[in-house]
Amino acid sequence: MMLIACPHCGPRAHVEFSYERPMDAILPLDATPQDAARILYQRDNPRGFSDELWRHTHGCRAWLRLTRHTATHQIAAVIPWPPG
Amino acid sequence: MTGPFRNASGGLIDRSRTISFTFDGRRLEGHPGDTLASALLANGVTLMGRSFKYHRPRGVLGAGVEEPNALVGVGTGGRFEPNTRATDLFLYEGLTALSQNRWPSLALDAGAVTQAIAPFIPAGFYYKTFFGGPKRWAFYERFIRRAAGLGNPPTSPEADTFDHRAAFCDVLVVGAGPAGLTAAQAAALAGARVILAEQDGRLGGGLLRDPALIEGEDGLAWADGIATLVRERSGRVLTRTTAAGFYDHGLVNLVERRIEAGQAPASGIAQRIWHVRAKRVVLAQGAIERPLLFAGNDRPGVMLASAARTYAARYGVRPGRRAVVAGCDDHVYLTALALADAGVEIAAVLDTRGKVFGALAETAIDRFPCHLNAAIVTARGGQAVRGATAEIGGRALALDCDLIAMSGGQTPLVHLHMQAGGGLDWDEASGAFNPTAPRQNQENAGAGAGVHGLARALEGGRRAGEAAAGLAGLGSPGRSPSRSPSPRGGGETPVQLSPPLGGSTAEGREGGRPAPASPGVAYDLPAGANPKTAFIDFQNDVTAADVDLAWREGYRSVEHLKRYTTLGMASDQGKTSNLVGLARMASALGKSPPEVGLTTFRPPFTPVTFGALAGAAVGDHVAPNRRLALHAAHEEAGAVWQPSGYWRRPRSYPRPGEPLADAALREARQVRQTVGMADVSTLAKFEIAGPDAGAFLELICATGVARLAVGRGRYTIMLREDGIVADDGTVWRLAENRFLLTSSTGGADSMAAHLSYVRRVLAPGLRVMATTVQERWAGIAVAGPRARDMLVELTGEAPSHMSLSRAKLAGEAVLLLGASYSGERAFEVYAPSHAAGPVWRALAQGIAVAGGGPYGLDAMDLLRIEKGHIVTGAEVDGRMSPHDLGLSKMLRKRGYVGWAALQRPDFEHPDRLRLVGLEAVEGMLPEGAMILPADGAPPEGHVSSAGRRVLGEGAIGLGLVKAGPDRLGEELVVSSPTRELHGRVRLTAPVFHDPEGARYRD
Repeated sequence: MMLIACPHCGPRAHVEFSYERPMDAILPLDATPQDAARILYQRDNPRGFSDELWRHTHGCRAWLRLTRHTATHQIAAVIPWPPG
Repeated sequence: MTGPFRNASGGLIDRSRTISFTFDGRRLEGHPGDTLASALLANGVTLMGRSFKYHRPRGVLGAGVEEPNALVGVGTGGRFEPNTRATDLFLYEGLTALSQNRWPSLALDAGAVTQAIAPFIPAGFYYKTFFGGPKRWAFYERFIRRAAGLGNPPTSPEADTFDHRAAFCDVLVVGAGPAGLTAAQAAALAGARVILAEQDGRLGGGLLRDPALIEGEDGLAWADGIATLVRERSGRVLTRTTAAGFYDHGLVNLVERRIEAGQAPASGIAQRIWHVRAKRVVLAQGAIERPLLFAGNDRPGVMLASAARTYAARYGVRPGRRAVVAGCDDHVYLTALALADAGVEIAAVLDTRGKVFGALAETAIDRFPCHLNAAIVTARGGQAVRGATAEIGGRALALDCDLIAMSGGQTPLVHLHMQAGGGLDWDEASGAFNPTAPRQNQENAGAGAGVHGLARALEGGRRAGEAAAGLAGLGSPGRSPSRSPSPRGGGETPVQLSPPLGGSTAEGREGGRPAPASPGVAYDLPAGANPKTAFIDFQNDVTAADVDLAWREGYRSVEHLKRYTTLGMASDQGKTSNLVGLARMASALGKSPPEVGLTTFRPPFTPVTFGALAGAAVGDHVAPNRRLALHAAHEEAGAVWQPSGYWRRPRSYPRPGEPLADAALREARQVRQTVGMADVSTLAKFEIAGPDAGAFLELICATGVARLAVGRGRYTIMLREDGIVADDGTVWRLAENRFLLTSSTGGADSMAAHLSYVRRVLAPGLRVMATTVQERWAGIAVAGPRARDMLVELTGEAPSHMSLSRAKLAGEAVLLLGASYSGERAFEVYAPSHAAGPVWRALAQGIAVAGGGPYGLDAMDLLRIEKGHIVTGAEVDGRMSPHDLGLSKMLRKRGYVGWAALQRPDFEHPDRLRLVGLEAVEGMLPEGAMILPADGAPPEGHVSSAGRRVLGEGAIGLGLVKAGPDRLGEELVVSSPTRELHGRVRLTAPVFHDPEGARYRD
């Protein structure tokens, strides 16, 4: 079970968080129908570091961007999202 | 004295007390400190089980958790535990154990006939047999079920309680053998908070079977001293605690057994799982000995050499009268000497090597008949070993014996290291994989790291403990004070104990025997040995011939070898068999074992009982219990409860003796004819406020919202990003910049997450706040022709349909919404949850006067089906677009979540399932049933909701049917084969009551 360092709450067990989606699966509000089909259905699943949108649901409830290695679970960075 | 094979002295047992236990109904005695296996051996019981497939007679192979043969069911009633290793079960008064997989008895097992058909049931035979259709399978199934499985499950609920606990430390040391002990010592001295976990009942590891002096002190006393040190430094020492799994980021699960299997706790919990988050972990779990391959290597009396030494030195038991010791390194000499010290006659010592050196070998060669270039070909005997045929440099030699102690090499236990993502190195000299390159914050030490020999293990452990403490941010990684042994001469070297032999030894200590050198490797089956009785996986009855068969049949991958033969898949998970099987496959392939690779190591390391995994989350504590604010009021009214997620909602309020279906119909009729009231508090409710509240809601909702007048509301739908309807509900404008949004109970948490996602991630620039007020407000629906008059009577007013107003009821400020789910003129009364009781009571009184009463979920369903209202979970099932549900007219042109994907051409495909009404023509209209054009044809839809006319007669429902709205009037078949229900339905418009909405007009 991973340990995720929430920028607000510090290192917490990953049961407190919800995985939402990869960052490149965020469908902007002004997406065209072609964008939507591509972003929803034509996706890559690379082995390696990936940027993901998470939420600290059972903690501060902030939205976070995690950079996580999909094979080793090493977490390289955690920042609030949107930043700033 | 207990038993003919118990020595008068020696061992770590307490001879001053005896413990009574039973095995297969036979009452026997042992001592505190015994395991069931050692006590049975002391009593001369060597037959302890029957093998899984062939029902071959089996005895103990090992003395610890690696045991594959001696599996017993122990305990009674709610404490019964099957498949318990007799070697991992410490005696307690009254222990009751039964052998498994035999009928009628262990000695006379009818299942043994399978040995006669053994040629027809090799590995994987079931892939080539049991052909035939369903009826024939029903016949086979009866026999397969009886033959399959090992052990019997308990038949009573768990009698004990369990617990989980979180713990944090600087250094977690797994294993309290010599390496783990010096690691714990070094880390504690450096200031680290240490948790030391040992799965055995006492500390010491290998010292418990191969006694030694460490720093002039008895090894076990030295070990206890370290435990005291760790505890004094705020650490924790846990025995009978297995590290079951190593997960991400330094999380290790420990399973602490506070009582033995089948034992009743004196007080408190039976077991506890520790979730330990450690900064650094030192893995010192040691190594397990491998068996040798020869024909009949599974006979009772054939055991691992380390096990034989354990029974002799730790339990004071002679594991036999006359032994043959065989192996590939100095362990054979160590074992022969130890057994001889315990009073066992040594018939022969067989060493596969051609040359040996060292005092240990010389001492043994002086005393016993030792042979080089020697190996066992066959063990003779049936229910017990009677002798062995050895091959010595090409000649055959027959030996009589009742004990064969074998050592095929040492396998480091790399399970936790591998679970943690570490790598392995193949060591040719020892024929095993050693851990390398850890991925986590981890050190490896001792035999488990491939470091053999006591002195090297102690030193390696000390260094690992220091490094771990240093990397955890403590002390200075330097030498710990003098308590630890120094590695070079001058300091005290640890000494392997024995009774004084006289004569000097290479290491200069009188009476000492140096520890055996690096372990050897012996994977080969000697020429002339029958591979069909040379067992590799003892528990699953996988022989060398089975591995050969897998290779002949074309299986090359180690993953296929494992699944085809089931090697390594039993409850011992291949602890003594994986490497032997892998080596045989590798040699058939002409490759080396590292080229073939290993299968995945998965937790738990040893079996864990379900109770421990559940912990305290049993019974009422399985899930949170969300209670309605009006729970007591419903109880008082005689509600029958319906679980709805974590909520419990009133299903109906039957009168004494009234069947539920009748109660639901009565309640629904009451709503149609007079008035009823229902608790709708669980609906998701959100307050959306701010200058951009309307704009925000027009992102969430696919209908118009922003132009709602203050005081007005409307029905609305919310789409997923892929254009599918996620949920439906209502939206009300409370003020210029304040809205109330309601949606389904089941989707409340998803909707909350969705609102947050849109607000924070997709549209962070909007000036809007969204707050969930689901539990803040209790909601009571009041519905029926008399509802309006009743509300005016109680509060002085009632809003018109789809309007809202505020009023006072029972002294509370309440919000009144003119909303209807039932199809009658209706209102939803929202009161603060803490004041819901008086509001409900006031309404209940008014209702009674008006001739009505409460109604529950069942009645609600009948009413809404008749009105044609879709519901999330039935019609809104995660596959329907707004067009499919007939809601196209209420969609805005663009600008809402889901719009872009909804433009996909496939959403206009004529074959899509679409909403229709269903009217039963003949027979049943079961919910969930398939809708077919004719019997036996492929389905064209299903019944999403089934009900009946409330005031009239006849079954009705809603369905999702291919091109449904274009086929109104068609008659189709309804069929539920699994429930054997059938009927015919006519497709209609999806509304059966007041299609024009006349009931809503005052």
